[in-house]
Amino acid sequence: MHSAPAVEIAGLVKRYGSEAAVDGLDLSVATGTVTAVLGPNGAGKTTTIETCEGFRRPDAGRVRVLGLDPYADAPALRPRVGVMLQNGGVYPGVRAGEMLRHMASLHAHPLDVTALGERLGLGGCGRTPYRRLSGGQQQRLALAMAVVGRPELVFLDEPTAGLDPQARRATWDLVRELRADGVTVVLSTHHMDEAEQLSDHVAIVDGGRVIAEGTPEELCRGGAENSLRFGGRPALDLAALLKALPDGTSAAELTPGSYRLTGTVDPQLLATVTSWCAQNGVLPDRISVERRTLEDVFLELTGRELR
Amino acid sequence: MTDTGTPTGTFTPEPGAAPLPRMIAAQAALETRMLLRHGEQLLLTVVIPTLLLVLFSGVDVVDLPDVPAGAGADRRVDYLAPGILALAVLSTAFTGQAIATGFERRYGVLKRLAASPLPRWGLMAAKTCAVLVVEVLQVLLLTAVAYALGWSPHGGPAAVLLLLVAGTAAFSGLGLLMAGTLRAEATLAAANLVFVLLLVGGGVVVPLEKFPGAVRGVLELLPIAALSDGLRDVLRDGAGMPWGALGVLGVWAVLGLAAAARFFRWE
Repeated sequence: MHSAPAVEIAGLVKRYGSEAAVDGLDLSVATGTVTAVLGPNGAGKTTTIETCEGFRRPDAGRVRVLGLDPYADAPALRPRVGVMLQNGGVYPGVRAGEMLRHMASLHAHPLDVTALGERLGLGGCGRTPYRRLSGGQQQRLALAMAVVGRPELVFLDEPTAGLDPQARRATWDLVRELRADGVTVVLSTHHMDEAEQLSDHVAIVDGGRVIAEGTPEELCRGGAENSLRFGGRPALDLAALLKALPDGTSAAELTPGSYRLTGTVDPQLLATVTSWCAQNGVLPDRISVERRTLEDVFLELTGRELR
Repeated sequence: MTDTGTPTGTFTPEPGAAPLPRMIAAQAALETRMLLRHGEQLLLTVVIPTLLLVLFSGVDVVDLPDVPAGAGADRRVDYLAPGILALAVLSTAFTGQAIATGFERRYGVLKRLAASPLPRWGLMAAKTCAVLVVEVLQVLLLTAVAYALGWSPHGGPAAVLLLLVAGTAAFSGLGLLMAGTLRAEATLAAANLVFVLLLVGGGVVVPLEKFPGAVRGVLELLPIAALSDGLRDVLRDGAGMPWGALGVLGVWAVLGLAAAARFFRWE
């Protein structure tokens, strides 16, 4: 049904001075899906999204949004694409309802402004000047402005940054409704749970590149069914430990004194590990058997915490 | 679906830009409301020009050329009203527009609007409309006050209109150049400073004849001096088309708008 991708990025490079903010990034966003661009601050998420929004011209590579060049074809794209900037974008003195009505008036078939405002919990602050809205209200107004023109595709740059859990939940519900109605959503986030909960596709970005991508399940499965983590003194002889374990098990010291075994984690494996520890005079602490999270994936790929 | 959810199909895409004239009209209306809602700007655009007009017409503090000492307010207002009209144009097209646009740039408003269906030139057209609307309101108010003080203007409306438009273009170019290149705080400070300097040194209430010859020669080339002298030639002395003043304003307008177009940074 939807053959052409909504967004296609190939080999995108964007430099600021000698620093490459985006360094050979590839990404394809299928129409009608929610894609999360996940990564730490400075990974190149915003630069990538702003290139797709037509704000920046690539230094190298090719970007196509709805089949068009976001820089050269900006006039044709603007009505079709909804944009939520990472911060601001609103007159300090404008009233919340006034700004939303104004954005609606720039479009041919806008949503019902009152219903949308109430849907996002802005009903009570329609006459409040923007600068007096809470941070969460400002975020939700920016989100409303992104969707009021009934776009085919929306770019949400960190839509839940600074939101309380309830407002965050409301934003997630809205993203799910957009998807259910056929809107393609690209959002950036550094919350793993957000990416896991919302998206069909996750692209993990670090150092200006996509270092892993797939569905949240694919990324978390990552080839190994399970993992066993434990803490102990640093620099244990993992090679010796592995000799005691079944083939196909692997071991890694993630940070000094923090170990992870991956493979078929069953009761026997746990018993073998603890008895090996006993023989070697190691008291393992924080033993846990767990499935991988996107946070683990990120840590494994980069050796760094996501936040 | 949660019970707070929106009916299915609400967000089904139906994109499209509003017709261009409607977009520009909506943007111009919003920009006008933003300009008029700003308290500090009203001080500059309404309160100061009105006060200066009333004060300097009523009180004989500055010796005005061709106005004998002790002459009535009606003689003084004939001299002052054109300069105050020029000041009104300066306050809105330059100071007000520079400060507002500088902060819109700083707060990402210009960037957000650039992602909307409204083209950039449409935004600039809307800003110009807003400036013109505010100027019309200023001219109406100041004209009424001047008449109350006994003003008897001469000259043709076409020349006056042309001068006001040329002055608006000149000041808009310079204001946008400042807003698009300096930090918002620097624009705020500089635009106010320039306003005060031009108020004093631009022939608005202090006649240029008060300055030494060399200084005066330079001051006469300022857009504010060209506008206030041009308006005075027409409105007080009944001159025809003031080509010299229009020429000076035209050069400033071309230079200012070209520099703004070249150097303006949207974020």
